[in-house]
Amino acid sequence: MRTRLSRRLTLNVLALGVFFFSVFPVYWMVLTAFKPTREIQAETPSFLPTNVTLDHFSTAVHADGFWTFWRNSGMVALSAVLLSLVVACLAAYAVGRMKWKGRQAFILMVFIAQMTPWEALLIPMYVIARDTDMLDKLPMLTLIYFMMTLPFTIVTLRGFLKGIPVELEEAAQVDGCNQFEAFRRIVFPLLAPGLLSTSLFGFITAWNEFAFANLLIIKNQNQRTLPVWLSSFSNTFGTDWGATMAAATLFMLPVLLIFLVLQGRVTTGVAAGAVKG
Amino acid sequence: MAEIDTTTAAPAPEPGKPVSVRRGQPLWVRVLPYLLVAPTVIGTAYLLAYPLVRNLLISFQKFGIAQLIRGGAEFVGIDNYQQILSDDKFWGVVGRTFVFTAINVGLIMVLATLVAVLIGALGKWMRFAVMGGLVVAWAIPVIAATTVFQWLFQSQLGVVNWVLVALGFEQFDGKAWFADGNSTFAIIVLLIVWQSVPFAALTLYAAMTTVPKELHESAQIDGAGSVKTFWLITFPILRPMFGLIGCLEVIWVFKSFVQIWAISQGGPGNATLTLPVYAYQIAQSLNRYDLGAAISMVTVLILAVVLLAYFRQMFKEEGEL
Repeated sequence: MRTRLSRRLTLNVLALGVFFFSVFPVYWMVLTAFKPTREIQAETPSFLPTNVTLDHFSTAVHADGFWTFWRNSGMVALSAVLLSLVVACLAAYAVGRMKWKGRQAFILMVFIAQMTPWEALLIPMYVIARDTDMLDKLPMLTLIYFMMTLPFTIVTLRGFLKGIPVELEEAAQVDGCNQFEAFRRIVFPLLAPGLLSTSLFGFITAWNEFAFANLLIIKNQNQRTLPVWLSSFSNTFGTDWGATMAAATLFMLPVLLIFLVLQGRVTTGVAAGAVKG
Repeated sequence: MAEIDTTTAAPAPEPGKPVSVRRGQPLWVRVLPYLLVAPTVIGTAYLLAYPLVRNLLISFQKFGIAQLIRGGAEFVGIDNYQQILSDDKFWGVVGRTFVFTAINVGLIMVLATLVAVLIGALGKWMRFAVMGGLVVAWAIPVIAATTVFQWLFQSQLGVVNWVLVALGFEQFDGKAWFADGNSTFAIIVLLIVWQSVPFAALTLYAAMTTVPKELHESAQIDGAGSVKTFWLITFPILRPMFGLIGCLEVIWVFKSFVQIWAISQGGPGNATLTLPVYAYQIAQSLNRYDLGAAISMVTVLILAVVLLAYFRQMFKEEGEL
């Protein structure tokens, strides 16, 4: 009995350790964001929120161009995701519901595209953007993020579509719907949750992207996005760690909210999507 | 889907199978699937295949700032490749990239396995808490995580130095972590491992729940301890899964760029200079787009080898597309 008890104790201590190490950096970020400056600079750091202040958030929000970058990031991410959703929906339907020559090759292409090392395309993208007069323009980023999220979206939607019985559509067609109507009335509503969670993941990808945003937006500072702004915080806030952490917290918020909304699906759906290509 | 309103009833398709498009159907039904995938194909061609080809071309051209502005780059054969391959610094970067990848992936796989086994052994509430914690670490955007790690390891006010001094390690008083190559390297490894373990651990845990309990029980009846049970039962069954996650982590770590660029830009010295960072650095600071493109091509080639292994494993698993 005693050995079993001590084993359980050990396990729980280990578990607490894992929990602590996972959460501490994030906790420290949020805590710092709410701490008064004199506490941040104190000899002995406080590990619990004793005095809470919103000063740093107000510094971050009132920083030059904050709202512009916020809007830029949101617009780029949203438009990239919408574009990728529409295009992926069409492709997933063709792959999941039709037989045609070249279908296998197309799926293979999507799988390979999903594994693209985007970091290796920075230089040609810069050259192409220059050639086509797309430097310093947000639509260029939208296109790139669209392509980054498209393969994943197709693969996951195809998975969701597989789970919807074809018979439902056939029944609707017997009742006089044409193919498009059958899709709109039967498949689309069933697909909606899948569409939502997939697009939220696409959104996170676009929201977080730094390398291309940093390279392709140079001269026109009004076209910068949040990750680039955040990485240059030292130019913005100097050594004001409170404001920096407040900015990082605000930047994280949408992503964390999305993860919370998707709780159950996060681990299973994405893991499956990521592992299966 | 076959048209239903034709007077000659087509034989009923097998349920659950895509309906085949036969001859004798109107043309538009036969071209429809191609129309549906056309946007994807066009997008992939212009935004993925073309940049890759362009990268290959630039790597065989003389392409600096002048060519970028005026155009008219001329082909110089394999000059760029000769230049980088005969450069000791490049080989140092290649070696460092492999070491960096090996350390990270090794740590990620070992820790993720341990955490996955741990989650499996916990009670309901503790499991929920640990998984929640892992999701938080996974969810934080990379650039935010990078910023936080710079703050944690800040020399004067950073909490890490304070804790180390409080534990009696006086030498860490005011230690400037980011001024030293090795400690910067270590922090970047820590950051990447911290952010990568959750995905691997949660996926492995999900896979472990599929291993039949009876097998474990019978192994334990035979007197095998938990370590032995893992090596005899769990690992052999999940070997393909370990292979897949391992491949994915190798790919992700090998091409990681943002963390290194935001923290150290490859410095101090060249301590954290890996291939993707080097390509970017050469292109950005020296305007040598041609050399940068050649280095990227080397990166792509190395990754392609890992990717082939990954796909082989995957198709063995899936058996169908």
